[in-house]
Amino acid sequence: MTGLNLTSPHVTGRTSVSWVMGWVLLALVPGWIVLIVSFSLGYAINMVLALLTALLAEALLLAWRGRPVMFFLKDLSALVTAALLALALPPLAPWWLTVLGTMIAIVFAKQLFGGLGNNPFNPAMVAYALLLVSLPLYMTTRWASPDFSLPITDTLAIIFAGQTPVDGATGATPLDVYKLDISRLTSAEVLQSPIFGSWVAEGWDVANLAFLAGGGLLLWKRIITWHIPVSFLAGLGIMALLFSGDADVRTPIDLHLFAGATMLGAFFIATDPVSAATSNRGKLVYGAGIGVLIYLIRTWGNYPDAVAFAVLLMNFAAPLIDHYTRPRVYGHDKSVKGFKND
Amino acid sequence: MTAQAVIVTDKVFSLKGGIHPDERKTLSNTTPITEVPLPSVLILPLTMHLGAPADPVVSVGSTVRKGDVLATAVGGISAAVHAPTSGRICAIEDRIIAHESGLPAPCILLEADGEDDWRDRRGLPNWQAQPVDELIQRLRDCGVVGQGGAGFPTDVKYRNKHKPITTLLINAAECEPYITADDRLMRERADEILQGAVIAKHLLGANTIRLGIEDNKPQALAAMREAADRLGVDLRISVVPTKYPSGGERQLIQLVTGQEVPRGGLPSDLGIVCQNVGTLASIYRAIVLDEPLISRVTTVTGEAVDAPGNYEVRIGTPIETVLNQAGVHLKKADRVIMGGPMMGFAIPDITAPLMKTTNCLLVPTRKELPRPMPDNPCIRCGLCEQACPVNLLPQQLFWASKHRDLDAAELHSINDCIECGACAYVCPSRIPLVQYYRYAKGELRNEQEEQIKSERARARFEARQARLEKERLEKEARRKARAKAAAEARAAKAENGSGEPDAQDDAIKAAMARAKAKKAGAAQNTAELSREDLEKALELAATKVKKANERLVVAEQESPDMVPALRKALTKLEEKHRTAQAALENAAHGQPIKPEPKKETDS
Repeated sequence: MTGLNLTSPHVTGRTSVSWVMGWVLLALVPGWIVLIVSFSLGYAINMVLALLTALLAEALLLAWRGRPVMFFLKDLSALVTAALLALALPPLAPWWLTVLGTMIAIVFAKQLFGGLGNNPFNPAMVAYALLLVSLPLYMTTRWASPDFSLPITDTLAIIFAGQTPVDGATGATPLDVYKLDISRLTSAEVLQSPIFGSWVAEGWDVANLAFLAGGGLLLWKRIITWHIPVSFLAGLGIMALLFSGDADVRTPIDLHLFAGATMLGAFFIATDPVSAATSNRGKLVYGAGIGVLIYLIRTWGNYPDAVAFAVLLMNFAAPLIDHYTRPRVYGHDKSVKGFKND
Repeated sequence: MTAQAVIVTDKVFSLKGGIHPDERKTLSNTTPITEVPLPSVLILPLTMHLGAPADPVVSVGSTVRKGDVLATAVGGISAAVHAPTSGRICAIEDRIIAHESGLPAPCILLEADGEDDWRDRRGLPNWQAQPVDELIQRLRDCGVVGQGGAGFPTDVKYRNKHKPITTLLINAAECEPYITADDRLMRERADEILQGAVIAKHLLGANTIRLGIEDNKPQALAAMREAADRLGVDLRISVVPTKYPSGGERQLIQLVTGQEVPRGGLPSDLGIVCQNVGTLASIYRAIVLDEPLISRVTTVTGEAVDAPGNYEVRIGTPIETVLNQAGVHLKKADRVIMGGPMMGFAIPDITAPLMKTTNCLLVPTRKELPRPMPDNPCIRCGLCEQACPVNLLPQQLFWASKHRDLDAAELHSINDCIECGACAYVCPSRIPLVQYYRYAKGELRNEQEEQIKSERARARFEARQARLEKERLEKEARRKARAKAAAEARAAKAENGSGEPDAQDDAIKAAMARAKAKKAGAAQNTAELSREDLEKALELAATKVKKANERLVVAEQESPDMVPALRKALTKLEEKHRTAQAALENAAHGQPIKPEPKKETDS
């Protein structure tokens, strides 16, 4: 016996940051595989590029900041950021776009704010938004068409050698196409396009279901709570029900929920705890805000898929939300709101 | 007690948060309670309870019998200390006790004579016939304290009845992992516990006895049910789900009644008094058998223990003796924890004595309870918030404590934290959250004390100022009165006309005349001697005034901000110049030169 002078508690659970991040990565796998199978091998290439870049950038920045490199690399948080970005970027974008985006995410949005736990904004979404406003051409036209099978050599050539994709191989996302075409066509005519496929949107619908399943896994492992995904989907869904009643005028609810990055956003991006609101009530407000903002931006804004901007805007609001949504403490009459105790 | 007992099972309310750590209860709850042999020397700290230390009433060398009072309770919240066996007091000195601080505290050392000879006991089997006040006084005289946790003197709970009490709640949850003392006690001594409960109910004037027990103790529950049936005691039972910290007083009340103890209040605000099963057994022994609290059941457990189980130990037995009895391998052990793994603390020295509040000695191997790992940054995952049983935001408290932002810590109700450790248990980043909260709470306490201190200092200062002012006014008044009296006296004298000048007056007048003459002569001398000096001084003053004038002119052109200061200086110099001139003139007319009169100060 060494007479260790330790105070309670002496026992801890078995979770760790790397356990949390590991499960998040695992929960992303089904959706990732669906994207590769339905659209392009580009998703796999993007993922490898992003993961490697993230590890390198994280290691360099940690070393530069004088932090223990291996200790922080092992928490896997950089890999989660990279994976989210790789899943969000167009699969047939040039390689440097992915590398640049990952570096922005890790260097600027994460490490320069103080590393894990200190970033006010979701790093993957900062990178995505920056790329979208700076390089709109690549970000909107390099989505793989679901009905076009591109040989591996061509995929590699497009990504690494700067080859321009042949006609029909790439295009815009279903949300983009629907929004553009509905101004001059009827809903039935718009949905004639092969990118909408047999159900909601070829490939995207299955991918959304796969991300939904992954989210279910996270809920089951209690890594996330239901509050953000549910209020997120409810916010978006209710807005769509209110304003998208006529599918000949605006994008209908099924496309909103299953055609874009909605499920990825609801279960994996909005639930990033570092940049989200804290309390259960706060999470409800935060998630609902994202859902509503997504609908507003998609419908009346310039961007067809608005998850990144909606998340970033609510990141801004999270600290304020936290101050007004504290739970009522045991034995108190009411919860303490605002910045002052009375 | 022939009436048929009414035993009902109540519905259970929910408790927010909580955790499910490994229970490890079967390690120690399968064997009966065994006694630890009497040690040769017992160490009895004067503070084994919450409140004022007990006051020794024995001296070194005196012999005592088992159950004799060694130290009496002092003040409202305190507890007496008794001799756990017969013997001789061999010392009253500071010894290291089982406390986080590791600091020594005053103890009475009792050398056992091996006779274990009881004092005369005056048990009250017919306690119902006694006045309630006398029974409560006996609890105090017998040194009974709460044996579940903090060691709150039991008699105080029965004395402070600011609200009518309806319910006695028996706390049998024992939610900490590893600990099984209450479990075994209920299985083996349910009668004592229930009889104690009946006494407690009588003392409180309550009408209901309720039992809150976790569902992981079916045998204990069966024993209690059987005893209640046999003794004819009405009992309402709430079997709460096994979840830490359901055994916290306030948490158990929430589980059993669905009510919350109001902020800053006590369970008695809800008409409830909560007692641990061990305490109730002690109440029975104190009242019915007149046995003070001199021994208790303690769980000795952990993987470094050969014979884990529950032991009946005399208070004051060195922990080392208890550990040896249970076969502890100290080399395998990493630390000895007093209490459970969630809220206990590693004791600094195993020679420290077992106390009235020692419910468990946990001796884990390093593998069993690993040492803390380096913590990761907080990722704000919010798992702590889901685990907090009192609905705090542990994560916000962490940020506030870490940055010593005490206002923010208070804003997030840090003082409502019960330090149960559920947040730290679930934290994936392994942040020692409870330690942060303890730090912030300590800082807050210090700050409040500082504030009280400075408040007192301010009051003291103001009182002094007021006193000085009063004295000054009084002095002034006295002076005025004297002056008035003198004036009156003078007036009276003048009216009376000049009285007969006596010899003494003549002498004084003569002396004064002599002094005057002397002074005048001296002044004349000074005037003659310093005429030259005065001329020089006048010259110097004139030069200075001239120079100052020049400087002022320059300053007016170059540095305007210097002008006022220079002007002031010039005025002063001119004044000096005038004084010097006047002095010279006076000297020329043969008048004595007076030193410049000092300015009068108002004081």
